[in-house]
Order: sequence, then C-alpha cells, then structure tokens
Amino acid sequence: MNLGPHADFIVAAYAVTVFVVALLIAWVVLDYAAQRRVLGDLEERGVTRRSRRKGDA
Amino acid sequence: MAVIDLANPTRFLTLVNRVLPWLAAATAIAFAVGFAMAMNAPDDYQQGATVKIMFLHVPSAWLGMMGWGVMTIAALGTLVWRHPLSDVAGKAAAPIGAAFTFICLITGSLWGRPTWGTYWVWDARLTSVLILFLLYLGMLALYWTAEDPGRGSRAAAVLALVGAVNIPIIKFSVEWWNTLHQPASIIRTGGSAIDPSILWPLLVMALAFTLLFFTLHLAAMRNEILRRRVRTMQMMQAQELAGAEI
Repeated sequence: MNLGPHADFIVAAYAVTVFVVALLIAWVVLDYAAQRRVLGDLEERGVTRRSRRKGDA
Repeated sequence: MAVIDLANPTRFLTLVNRVLPWLAAATAIAFAVGFAMAMNAPDDYQQGATVKIMFLHVPSAWLGMMGWGVMTIAALGTLVWRHPLSDVAGKAAAPIGAAFTFICLITGSLWGRPTWGTYWVWDARLTSVLILFLLYLGMLALYWTAEDPGRGSRAAAVLALVGAVNIPIIKFSVEWWNTLHQPASIIRTGGSAIDPSILWPLLVMALAFTLLFFTLHLAAMRNEILRRRVRTMQMMQAQELAGAEI
C-alpha cells in the first residue's frame, strides 16, 4: 500500500484517533474497576443501600 | 422486559451487562472490516491517498454532533420528565462526544494541510465545530466541578439545550455561508456525490464508530450509576456515624 507524498499526515491522523479511542476505553474500564472496588469495600463494612434493606425486610 | 422497566437503574444495569459484550464484539468486527476496506480503497482523483483521513474525519464529525443530540434528549428528560436515567445518559455522553469532536478537528487539520495548504481557516464550518468542542468542555466543567450534583446536572441540561442551536448551524454552515470546507457530499438531495468504491468503506467505518459510541456510552452510564450508588452509600455511612456519636 502506497500512501503517497502525504503519508505522514495520514499516519498521524490514524495515530491520534487510535490514541484518543484508547484513552476513552481505558477511562471506562478503569472507572468501572474503581467503582466496583469502592462498592465492594462499602458492602464489606456492612453499608447497604436503602432499597436493598427494604428488600431484606 | 418492557421499555418502561429500563427507568429502573438496577434493571438497566442488568440489561447493560447482558448487551455490552455483544456490542463490543460487533464494534471490533465492524472496525476490522471497515479498516480493511479503508486501506484497500482507491485514491481519490483530487485528494490522492489523503482521502483515507476522511474515513476517520467524517464519522467522528457525525458522532460529535450525535453526542450533543443525545445530551439534548437527555436534557429534556432531566428538565421536563425528571427521568432517573436522563442525567446519567447526558453526563456519560459528554466526554465521549468531546473526544469525537476533538478527533474531527485534528484529523480535519491533518487533511487540510496537504489539500488546502493550511491546517486551519476561520470559516463557518470549522469555527462552528470548534465552538461545539468548547461547549463540550463547558459541559464537562459543569458536571465535574459542581459541588451539588443535582444543581450541576440542571445547569448542564440548560447548556445542552442552548448548545443544540449550534448543531443545525454546523450542518448548514456550508450552505448558508461561503466556506473553504466543501458542501455536503453524502447526505444531500440528489444522492451521494461519492464514488461507491470510497462511499462503502466510509459507511462501514461510520457504522463501526457509531457502535463504538454506543458501547462506550452504555459502559460510561453503568459507571455513573455505580458512582451514584457509592455516593449514596458513603452519605448513609456518614449519617450513621454522626448518629452514633450523638
């Protein structure tokens, strides 16, 4: 595949896009792990949501 | 499960957990096919190989605008119907829409330099997309810096409705004003002006980007629901501790 005389611009465009999309994916994955961890810690300490308490009653 | 049941965050989370792996797989497949088609597409007779940048630039431009459309509908849900998931949907869409608008601006500049001889001109299309990006940054600032999340979300919903005025301006800027940016060549009366050998890779890449948007949006909504649960539980814990001390 020959990208011609403007190959640098094409490669840069794809590299920036991959970088930004990778940041978005990392953000949602790491944020999910962080929220699950904190929720797990709270539940271990016996803190439960009101709706769950009602469900238990 | 009825559609109305999705108003319940717990049921919504159940659905997201089921749908997300399939959506992520469909996104990966669409990108693999789209990328292969884009790399094998012929050069344009005027742009040469730089037409390959269009396979990123055009879908990200569409999704930058669609992101604001999602936030506008979510804003109506927050302000008018007070739907419990509306604010979650709006907040989750903001960083994703901002990222796609950023990709649109950067890839547009990288296409403009070899094609127009400049990275940037202050024409109506480019300027209105830059305004969209700045509006997204304002939206993120409102969501992330508000001390009271309720007040922050109402302010963000108002900004979303005001900023929606910019979307038709972006779309029709190339018709209303004399711009360096070319007029619409895909969605226009009389059909697409693009040769099928370039149009099809573009449409498949647009599908892949759209699937990516919804995958990320659902994942970000799930995170936001969990974040709100954490906040509620931390506040309950603090109240219980304060009650025990009295």
